[in-house]
Amino acid sequence: MDVITIEGTEYKVVAERPKSLTDTPFTYCPGCNHGTTHKIIAEVIDELGIQHRCIGIASVGCSVFSYEFFDFDFISVPHGRALAVATGAKRMRPDSVLMTYQGDGDLAAIGTAETIHACNRGERVTCIFVNNAIYGMTGGQMAPTTLLGMKTTTSPLGRDAKRIGWPMKMSEMLAPLQGAAYIARVSMHDAKHILKAKAAIKKAFRAQLEDKGFSMVEVLSNCNVNWHMTPQEGVKFIEEQMTKNFPLGVYKDVWQEEAAKQTAKEEG
Amino acid sequence: MSDERVFMKGNHAACEGAYRAGCKAYFGYPITPQNEVTEYMSAHIWEHGGTFIQSESEVAAINMIMGASATGARAMTSSSSPGISLKQEGLSYIAMMELPMVVMNVVRCGPGLGNIAPHQGDYFQTTKGGGHGDYRLITLAPNSVQEMAQFIYDAFILADKWRNPAMVLTDGTIGQMMEPVDYASMPWMDPPDKSEWQLDEFQEGRERHVLTSIWLDPVDMAVAHEKLIDKYERLKKEEVRYDEYLTEDAEVLVVAIGSPSRVTHSAIRILRQEGLKVGLFRPITVWPFPYDAIRKYADSKRVKAILVPEMNWGQMIEDVKLAVLDKKPVHFVAKHGGLTFTPEDLTEPIRAILKNPEEPNTLWHVS
Amino acid sequence: MPMIEILDDACKGCLLCVPACPHELIHNTKAKLNKRGLYPVEYVDPDGKCTGCRLCAIVCPDAAIRVYKEVKKKSA
Repeated sequence: MDVITIEGTEYKVVAERPKSLTDTPFTYCPGCNHGTTHKIIAEVIDELGIQHRCIGIASVGCSVFSYEFFDFDFISVPHGRALAVATGAKRMRPDSVLMTYQGDGDLAAIGTAETIHACNRGERVTCIFVNNAIYGMTGGQMAPTTLLGMKTTTSPLGRDAKRIGWPMKMSEMLAPLQGAAYIARVSMHDAKHILKAKAAIKKAFRAQLEDKGFSMVEVLSNCNVNWHMTPQEGVKFIEEQMTKNFPLGVYKDVWQEEAAKQTAKEEG
Repeated sequence: MSDERVFMKGNHAACEGAYRAGCKAYFGYPITPQNEVTEYMSAHIWEHGGTFIQSESEVAAINMIMGASATGARAMTSSSSPGISLKQEGLSYIAMMELPMVVMNVVRCGPGLGNIAPHQGDYFQTTKGGGHGDYRLITLAPNSVQEMAQFIYDAFILADKWRNPAMVLTDGTIGQMMEPVDYASMPWMDPPDKSEWQLDEFQEGRERHVLTSIWLDPVDMAVAHEKLIDKYERLKKEEVRYDEYLTEDAEVLVVAIGSPSRVTHSAIRILRQEGLKVGLFRPITVWPFPYDAIRKYADSKRVKAILVPEMNWGQMIEDVKLAVLDKKPVHFVAKHGGLTFTPEDLTEPIRAILKNPEEPNTLWHVS
Repeated sequence: MPMIEILDDACKGCLLCVPACPHELIHNTKAKLNKRGLYPVEYVDPDGKCTGCRLCAIVCPDAAIRVYKEVKKKSA
């Protein structure tokens, strides 16, 4: 921690912009949890001391410019293909740490096949999946994760399950695949949950560093602008509505499974 | 005879060319008539320290190649027409990010599923861009098993030299047939140093590397475009390649690529025995296309007409016409449906042309 | 005494930190505009109530809050 002197008193800085972020201010809307998510990812990378080994994959959506904000090597790739690009890069550079940063349209709609197969192959990459139930960058269209009844610019009367199906539950879908090492769903709605999210992201990177398999953290995030809410109302909506449809928790934990196997072995 | 002379299938020879060029990644999806590439790679790339993935789709394959290439590795994928259509999205991004990589298209019949017989319907797609945006692929067109290996090898060198994706455009006949190949002209090599731009785990003490294809400000985008255009213009000056066969005294010049160019050889031998002066001009780079070299024949008083045989409805002929600029009649012989030319398909039109060279452009349908 | 600093030009005035502070030390005063033309929040702590708990910094989406704690001097 840095120490500075103010009016003769020495202070240590206990919270500041993480080193793995550039100085470029986030261009996200006020209150948008993309920033919060970027910040905790960078903190995890700082704490693990892997900044200069990281390769980031920026996807398409609001996070298309995420490469402006993370201070390590980055590539910006076609919509939905982040995990395929990460696969190719990781296979060539197994000592690099690969992170994809994808939204719900990118990962759960156009990139569903790439996502499922990267997970099933157990690619040693870490996927941060930001689920805000809407297409932010294109102006608030329906996402595969849009909640039932939620009004968007392409579901003006509210999402109707009969016509367009139900919100996609990606964490639940991926967790049973044997390539998955760590799958968790976290939320950004308050400080406690943000700290939990950070712990989950750290575990996800550890899964990659320890060569365990594919890891993904699904981050429930607000899009207050396209939800037509204030940031405070937005985080409240996550807490009250999003978490009801998308239950928080750890869906796959390879360490826990290994420990259970060990216990069974010892007992058996 | 070289020790490295072996008898093999075109699709297998392409893989051997890739290994010799230091290709360390092959990601692909099965499609006929190029399955031998995917199968051969899955069996042998490991022996050369490389990696193989049978991807979930062509889309995933090209994006995996994007990732591998971004880290500085020599990487390739291959497919046949419908699969190449799926790769166009990735190729557009790869072209804008100036990532060197190689893709081979063993062309089959289209549109749609078409059939698995040889065809040349993907010429426009390959040489005029293919995906969205204004870009070009360096494209080499082999016509023998030897060239399948050599052109893949050369494509890797050109791709790295120009930081541009390169395509090897072949057809089902060349991919499937067997011939002797001599690898003496393809010494084993390592890829050049790309540490100036590649993504890797050695970032301590250097500027970070960012690869992107988005510039929201049109002024910035224009700068990025100009960089590409400047490269393409230099490529057009420096990398045009072609092959000629009995063109010195030719009165009818046949311009052909791929398997039709082989049939043209046979047709020329028959016609030469009759005393008819016919020669073959074979573009090796179909992008950049050898406009200037063909124009010289159009300007020559000796040449009476030009003939373009293609296994499609007329695609390369448009480039030939751009070269000829109406100075000479340009005739076309088409073959459709996945059918292949016989020498007679060409000898008959050439005899007719020589009898009446002033006849305006003619279209021969052969089936 | 622990304290925080709002980085005015990074702050977008989303106000997520306001309810996060257990001592209500962050206020939406709209007293000044930043370079982006947004109202940054203001930290007002005349009684030195800040405990350096970092809750405000944790919820800040723009990493616009720095938290300081005094370095404890080891007694000689």
